Amino acid sequence: MNPLLWLINALSFIALLSLFRIIAGPTHFDRLIGLNLMVAITTAIIVVMAVYYNHLVYLDVALVYAILGFVSVIAISKYLTGRELHR
Amino acid sequence: MTIIANAFFCLGVFFMFFGAIGIIRFPDLYTRLHPAGKAGTAGILSIFIGLIFITGWSALTMRIILITLFIVITSPVAAHIIARGALEAGVKPWKND
Repeated sequence: MNPLLWLINALSFIALLSLFRIIAGPTHFDRLIGLNLMVAITTAIIVVMAVYYNHLVYLDVALVYAILGFVSVIAISKYLTGRELHR
Repeated sequence: MTIIANAFFCLGVFFMFFGAIGIIRFPDLYTRLHPAGKAGTAGILSIFIGLIFITGWSALTMRIILITLFIVITSPVAAHIIARGALEAGVKPWKND
């Protein structure tokens, strides 16, 4: 079996482990921490799939996914504190 | 080349796995933030360096380097923003009684 497929399996299992903190976090910021790690792991999975299938398009998908994860973490954190974005 | 790439993959999965264990096991938000930031940055850096060893010098390589730079810059910023937001929202730090 290709080691890239083993890598995809292991990363999926780790994403499942970080899903536990999203479900069972006491506060909303704990869920945000789990979401941040899960976005990073999903970006890694998409890049590994791009190398495995040798498609160039998946890397653009991974870059847009990373940007959306970062912006969403900032937006949710600012929304939970009740502050404005520009300060 | 494949052996070096597999070693980097094992290192990245090691970082990611113990980061996830730390997120599950640690008692507090501020202590959970530490493995989250380190696991995201270090694990993704190791896995992408291994992927660069596999692809060699092709059209995939520059985009992988671009994604790596973006994640290395933005992951600590996201952790910092979460910590400051939690402090302003009034989450109390954990005390060992």
